[in-house]
Amino acid sequence: MAARAAFDADLAKNIIDRKRSLPGAALPILHDLQHQFGYIDDAAIALVAEALNISKAEALGVVSFYHDFCRQPVDGKQLKLCRAESCQSMGCEELVAHLEARHGIKVDEARPGAALHVETVYCLGNCALSPAALFDREPVGRLDRAAVDAIVARAKGQTQ
Amino acid sequence: MSVRVFIPADSSAISVGADAVARAIVAEAQTRAADAAIVRTGSRGLFWLEPLVEVEIPDGRVGYGPVKPQDVPSLFDADFLNGRPHSKSLGRIEDIPYLARQQRLVFARCGVTDPLSLDDYRRHGGLRGLERALQMDPSALVEEVIASGLRGRGGAGFPTGIKWRTAAGAHADQKYVVCNADEGDSGTFADRMLMEGDPFLLIEGMAIAGVAVGATMGYVYIRSEYPHAFDVFSRAIERARAAGLLGPKILGSDHAFDLEARLGAGAYICGEETSLLESLEGKRGQVRAKPPLPAISGLFGKPTVINNVLSLASVPWILEHGAKAYADYGMGRSRGTQPFQLAGNVRFGGLIELAFGATIRDLVEDFGGGTRSGRPIRAVQVGGPLGAYFPESLLDTPLDYEAMIAARGMLGHGGVVVFDDAVDMARQARFAFEFCAKESCGKCTPCRIGSIRGAEMVEKVIAGGERQKNVELLRDLCEVMTDGSLCALGGLTPLPVLSALDHFGEDFAKPPARAAAE
Repeated sequence: MAARAAFDADLAKNIIDRKRSLPGAALPILHDLQHQFGYIDDAAIALVAEALNISKAEALGVVSFYHDFCRQPVDGKQLKLCRAESCQSMGCEELVAHLEARHGIKVDEARPGAALHVETVYCLGNCALSPAALFDREPVGRLDRAAVDAIVARAKGQTQ
Repeated sequence: MSVRVFIPADSSAISVGADAVARAIVAEAQTRAADAAIVRTGSRGLFWLEPLVEVEIPDGRVGYGPVKPQDVPSLFDADFLNGRPHSKSLGRIEDIPYLARQQRLVFARCGVTDPLSLDDYRRHGGLRGLERALQMDPSALVEEVIASGLRGRGGAGFPTGIKWRTAAGAHADQKYVVCNADEGDSGTFADRMLMEGDPFLLIEGMAIAGVAVGATMGYVYIRSEYPHAFDVFSRAIERARAAGLLGPKILGSDHAFDLEARLGAGAYICGEETSLLESLEGKRGQVRAKPPLPAISGLFGKPTVINNVLSLASVPWILEHGAKAYADYGMGRSRGTQPFQLAGNVRFGGLIELAFGATIRDLVEDFGGGTRSGRPIRAVQVGGPLGAYFPESLLDTPLDYEAMIAARGMLGHGGVVVFDDAVDMARQARFAFEFCAKESCGKCTPCRIGSIRGAEMVEKVIAGGERQKNVELLRDLCEVMTDGSLCALGGLTPLPVLSALDHFGEDFAKPPARAAAE
């Protein structure tokens, strides 16, 4: 991921210009900004609003509506852990407890300097192999404690 | 000629190591100078066998699975390239009962072909539906879909052809076909499998819809939790365009149709059709009041056909084989096949395409083989997070739209999630409200406030004290949400809650001490 780059207004403008003429351009643009910077900076919201000729309030409303868009940079690799019904039936909540007890990682809590942040997601469409997760876009099925430990180690740059 | 070896590139298969197995087979073939050609396919949907490796021999395709990278040297030792036995042998794939007992119309090619090869698609019967559609009068095309009895596979079960007829009859300078690929229900993965495993089928179905209603542009709204499906589908669109399947003259006809894939941004509510349209327009995914129907005034205010992936993907078969052949499958007013998805705590989870009318028990016991944990089945949730939980005594309910409603449930998108006896149904009821609270778009009060109030009420019931009064209030709240919500999120959240209360009341009446200790 190209994330964690410092916010750069000129780069943001370029990104916005690439897609501003698409019908309903807001989501494609916000995805690109999120991908580039790892979050949507307040200054970017104003730029999007200007480019799409909508009010800043409306642009902010769009950003805040969707779970994918963050308002602040988040440190570390991303693990999206499914906590929907199918994964519940296979013990995903035990993995949530294990992450905290064993690794001190609280789900949905971003910590500065962390190697890994874990986000709740509801369904990854891998329900026949629950519990499921996405580790920096890499699908992981039949997750168990050992697999969670391995992911934490990989995020920390330790080989496993 | 080199031996063809098929390994899924489906994201579920990858999640248990299919890429590593593919790399190991390529490397081992090189080391041994074996003449093997690797084809990455979609998945057959027999997920407990993934990674499932298939080899083409004169007899057909034989399978090995689940294969681990460390099995690869022994597979070569056993001469698997000639289909010889190995401890992971599964025999001829099509003889595996799980597959042989299905009626695969929509998923006939998934797991068989290279998803991005249009030649492969044609060789396996692709494009015949569209070719026939292009010979027909658009109104006859619409009537054919109506006659097939096809109903919306996204969950609502509204007749697909009626939507088409409404949009076809609307006059406008621009019309759209929108595919709802925001498959957010837990326990469902058929849309994902299809977009990854047979994307041209969806493209063909959308092109047929475009011809039928006079739309020249289509959008596929894919949820961002499906990055792999989005990539594969976007590449399929490019190839379809390059081959003239999309563009100003589709397959050389006078019809224009083009497509664009759009990515959602993590909002369950965008699976609701009007909310999806708002999102496509670049707005907050808030539900629109109906009327106007999207078929009259939909995307950007233009007449829009909006259908689920599976509805659109059923259309090519209907056009190729005729409405009657399709309607011959099924029961009552549920015609054709439904790709059911068996998931959760189950031994043999996967994609099971069957004519309507099979029972829940057929799926979870005959196909599923009971729970993966080996403990008794306690509850089966059908239809995603807004579907009811069925107890053992109701497992003989047929999986058809009307029978499910009569049993105070719903079929939804065909997801079936199994729970063993460790499940706490009061917690599941609370979760249904919590999920609704998290995903509510906020537009209507019953959903926005009711969901949070509901979670609090379940908490009170669990805590004990004035139980009867609190249960009454909870039921009253459910009635308000059912009758007063603008869309299915608030309107159907009571289904899982009430089914938990009705069928598993004992879980709500635990002594406070025990409940607190958990």
